[in-house]
Amino acid sequence: MKMLRMLNRSIRDSIKSVFRNFSLSLASISCITITLIIVAISMLASFNVQNFTKEIEKDLTIVVFLDSDTSEDRITDLKKEIGNFPNVESYEFESKEDVKQKMQKESEVLNTVLDGWSEEDNPLKPTFKLKVKNVNKIGKTADKIKQIENVSVVKYGEGMVETMISSFATIQKVAYGAVIALVVVTVFLIVNTIKLTIFSRKREISIMRLVGASNFTIKTPFIIEGMILGIFGSIIPIVFTTYGYLAFYNHFNGYLYTHLIKLIRPEPFIYQMSLIILVIGIIVGMIGSSKAVRKYLKV
Amino acid sequence: MDLIRIKNAEKKYKNGVTAIRNLNLDIEKGSFTFVIGGSGSGKSTLIKMLYREERPTQGKIIVGGLNVAKLRNNKVYKLRRKLGIVFQDYRLLPKLTVYENVAFAMEVIGAKKNETRLKVLKALEEVGLKNKVHNYPDQLSGGEQQRVAIARAIVNNPKLLLCDEPTGNLDPEKSMEIMAVLDKINKVRGTTIIMATHDKEIVNKMKKQVITLKDGRLVSFKKKGTYYDEDVENAK
Ligand SMILES: Nc1ncnc2c1ncn2[C@@H]1O[C@H](COP(=O)(O)OP(=O)(O)OP(=O)(O)O)[C@@H](O)[C@H]1O
Ligand SMILES: [Mg+2]
Repeated sequence: MKMLRMLNRSIRDSIKSVFRNFSLSLASISCITITLIIVAISMLASFNVQNFTKEIEKDLTIVVFLDSDTSEDRITDLKKEIGNFPNVESYEFESKEDVKQKMQKESEVLNTVLDGWSEEDNPLKPTFKLKVKNVNKIGKTADKIKQIENVSVVKYGEGMVETMISSFATIQKVAYGAVIALVVVTVFLIVNTIKLTIFSRKREISIMRLVGASNFTIKTPFIIEGMILGIFGSIIPIVFTTYGYLAFYNHFNGYLYTHLIKLIRPEPFIYQMSLIILVIGIIVGMIGSSKAVRKYLKV
Repeated sequence: MDLIRIKNAEKKYKNGVTAIRNLNLDIEKGSFTFVIGGSGSGKSTLIKMLYREERPTQGKIIVGGLNVAKLRNNKVYKLRRKLGIVFQDYRLLPKLTVYENVAFAMEVIGAKKNETRLKVLKALEEVGLKNKVHNYPDQLSGGEQQRVAIARAIVNNPKLLLCDEPTGNLDPEKSMEIMAVLDKINKVRGTTIIMATHDKEIVNKMKKQVITLKDGRLVSFKKKGTYYDEDVENAK
């Protein structure tokens, strides 16, 4: 009951002071808005990239051809050896016969040609198809497999997928850097907004101290003021995210350029994004105001 | 019983000035004490240490069972709730009415509305301002503003009322009105009052116990029906 009464008082005071220092409040709010829009874009991009790299990774395979004269015993050993590679998740093995049958199925001409081959003079190569655990290490794993005896050729990806994934990673890093820089500027602006409020209420604060208000009571209105700045600052980014992503998704019918890149479905994705944006706004507001309170309130 | 116990207290400000030296003092519950002394003798410093605006650099100061010297910043409010403070410059909030100024002291410690209302009106009646509850500070005389400040100081019914030159800005007539209010509070509520002052007339008329400071040292503590004596003159 007492808590509620005090909280009510704090919220009333905070809203009043947001409007009293309107120009500085507006500066803080705008800065939070810009920051959060960039955060939102980065998050939308980042989650989508994560989503479809996962999809792509599922399809990424290392194909290992063995020498065609590899013995059965040796193949059994190789199955063990390759299966035990730390980065190998699973493998599929196709014997010469399997490969032959597959090819025969694919084409009528090949069918007749291959039909003449006996088991011994089948020149095709036994094949392993590997799935890896970590796509970033796929090159290294392939190199290692290449060095094994009886392995003749190793193929994986086309290089394009790797480049794509690593360039996404770079974009993400740049975005994170921009967000961190903006958060710093925002916090600085909030600190100054709250500082102004604190100064304009110096007399009131000193009297509160004299008559025995607790530190908590003195601090809370300023912390809440920071949170309110954060909430106001997240309104536009939330609207932007919700409608922006929806429009984007509909415009591209859920796929970006090729069917390889599938976008995340808007629901419930946009609601989760909105919530995250709001929480970040509030947290940034609170960090700024706590800093100001600690610096200028000496409590 | 002693409300205040001071043992070997010393206050040395950061700039090197020693404002209080080796002070030993006990002040009884329910008493009314003047603190006198020349300018710079340490009166305000003593008062400030009692409400823990300043910390003694040495010694012990116990107020109502709390050791002020050891009280942490975030616990100071516990001390402040046991005492009321009145200054020369009133320190009212100009945008609040008389009623709101007094109620402010209760609201910020989380008092209920009904309780606040009763206590605020009672305090304002005691200082003789019941008919001015809706005025703003700038619509009041200096004496009236000081009475609002006193009402705010006593509204939580503190054990101790500290006054630093409460009549410093007032003419002799208004000053005596303030003294009458303080005397009544001391007698009716039993509030212990400590008042720092320059005003010879007041001290002589009131006949309370008097502490005289000189260069931060206690030079005399006259317990009964005391008057303003030569100590201060000598101190100058
Ligand atoms: N915050 C401070 N920092 C440094 N020195 C101070 C501070 N406050 C007071 N002093 C010094 O401490 C001494 C005592 O000051 P104090 O204000 O206690 O005197 P006082 O008796 O109240 O004087 P007055 O009658 O003029 O109000 C003075 O020499 C003063 O200059
Ligand atoms: Mg003084």
